[in-house]
Amino acid sequence: MPETLTAPLTTSTGRVLRTEEMVINMGPQHPSTHGVLRLELIVDGEIVVDVIPHIGYLHRCFEKHAEHMTNYQQVIPYCDRLDYIAAMNMDWAYALAIEKLLGIKVPERVEYIRVIMAELQRIASHLIAIGTYGLDLGAFTPFLYCFRDRERILDLFEMTCGARLLYNYIWVGGVSHDLPPGFIDKAKDFCGYFRPNIKELNDLLTYNEIFVKRTANVGVLPADVAIAYGCSGPMLRGSGVNFDLRRDDPYSIYDRFKWEVQVGKGEMGTVGDCWDRYIVRVREMEQSVKIVEQALDQIVDGDVASAIPKRIRPPVGDVYVRSESPRGEIGFYVVSDGSATPYRVKARSPAFVNLSVTPEICRGYMIADVVAIAGSVDIVLGEVDR
Amino acid sequence: MTPQEIADKLKAGFSEAILEVKIEGAIDPYVKIAASKLADLALFLRDDPETQFDFLMCLSGMDNGKGLLGGVYNLYSITKRHKITLKVEVPADKAEIPSVSSLWPTANWHEREAYDLFGIRFTGHPDLRRILLPEDYPGHPLRKDFKVPEFYQGMKVPY
Repeated sequence: MPETLTAPLTTSTGRVLRTEEMVINMGPQHPSTHGVLRLELIVDGEIVVDVIPHIGYLHRCFEKHAEHMTNYQQVIPYCDRLDYIAAMNMDWAYALAIEKLLGIKVPERVEYIRVIMAELQRIASHLIAIGTYGLDLGAFTPFLYCFRDRERILDLFEMTCGARLLYNYIWVGGVSHDLPPGFIDKAKDFCGYFRPNIKELNDLLTYNEIFVKRTANVGVLPADVAIAYGCSGPMLRGSGVNFDLRRDDPYSIYDRFKWEVQVGKGEMGTVGDCWDRYIVRVREMEQSVKIVEQALDQIVDGDVASAIPKRIRPPVGDVYVRSESPRGEIGFYVVSDGSATPYRVKARSPAFVNLSVTPEICRGYMIADVVAIAGSVDIVLGEVDR
Repeated sequence: MTPQEIADKLKAGFSEAILEVKIEGAIDPYVKIAASKLADLALFLRDDPETQFDFLMCLSGMDNGKGLLGGVYNLYSITKRHKITLKVEVPADKAEIPSVSSLWPTANWHEREAYDLFGIRFTGHPDLRRILLPEDYPGHPLRKDFKVPEFYQGMKVPY
């Protein structure tokens, strides 16, 4: 017999398969992977023995590009494209890093505008996460309701900076445009409109029995595993760890608002299951509405462009700055050699790190549960692959 | 603990492994250590009841120029709420750093990324494969001396 027929079958990590095991590919083109993610499933019948994620299909050389720009501001449009459904948070994280490197302080009004934009963006991003999660598990209607509400937020962004997805709005030292006339009233209208819709969403999806059966006690992530794997955001809080960078490593002006960090409590099953991660997102939207309302009330007048530096040449040094994106800890490690371009930019993206824990939480569940687990991690391949 | 106290504690336990301590004048205070001692030192930082660095925020590969590659480890403690940065530096022609993926599993993917883009080999890593680039990609593109190949898989690259 030719050797190829007798050679043992192995996984891509080189593990030899046992007789009863089989490899199934999920993705890179699969509706429930939320982008070009390929999961190599090793299954024994219907039970998942191991999962090997393969990423990189959307690698766009962000870090290489950042080193080849002619100045620091030019990196911001690329930051937009990291997490393209929470672009405001990405811009802000990068701007925070460069501002710390330069040692500049931004005007009060800019801080307020940034908080308003970031929290609206968080709601929009969680709406996508929740809507598509329902879609993964067979609930089509909540998806439409979520996108209807997200549309209102995108309208607000459009009237501010002209763009609906990739804004290039938050710049180093300021923002590109001041708030347009009428923005504050419209944003307040949105808050009043959106709050009852969360209850509607809860009635439709959150406490739906089929949805609960698919998500409770599935993909349980214990707190110590979550911390060891560097999970952050709703993934970490869903496991019951009361930790939010907005409160625990404060940046900007988050200390001025009253809001609460939401954690998973295992209401439907075990602490750290898919339902807990889901409910943390729903409750965070309520908190974000609270923050937006307070910021709209407190906002002060001022010039939004006064602190934007004409020429950015940070002193030699390096900095790691992190902030809370809808998916967790987005950090930028920036090294300056004193020239007008960054020497090195590393984006520590939350979805990249959160995805690395999926093999741990998929083992022993059914193939259909992998869909539920992958959806509850809420990855955006743009920032996983960078 | 303040960065100074953490650095003093490290000096007391690992005096020969500490190459440089920079607290004043650095935005993120850092300790530069000998690469060969990284695993011992990281284990100490994670398990000592006073430091308890349980969270590896970020692990970045670096090309420091002059034929030197490096790793930057941004550590945080969720229980103690303090931070420190570790830096190691190795020659590019023998770029080997002990892996910390057994201490913080999150390092697994970060180290694969640093291997992929910088060619740093992490000794003791369970599964050191490329992660972002195709397996047959020539070279490590974030090195400063990287030249974009003219052809890749028979296709002209600067198209």
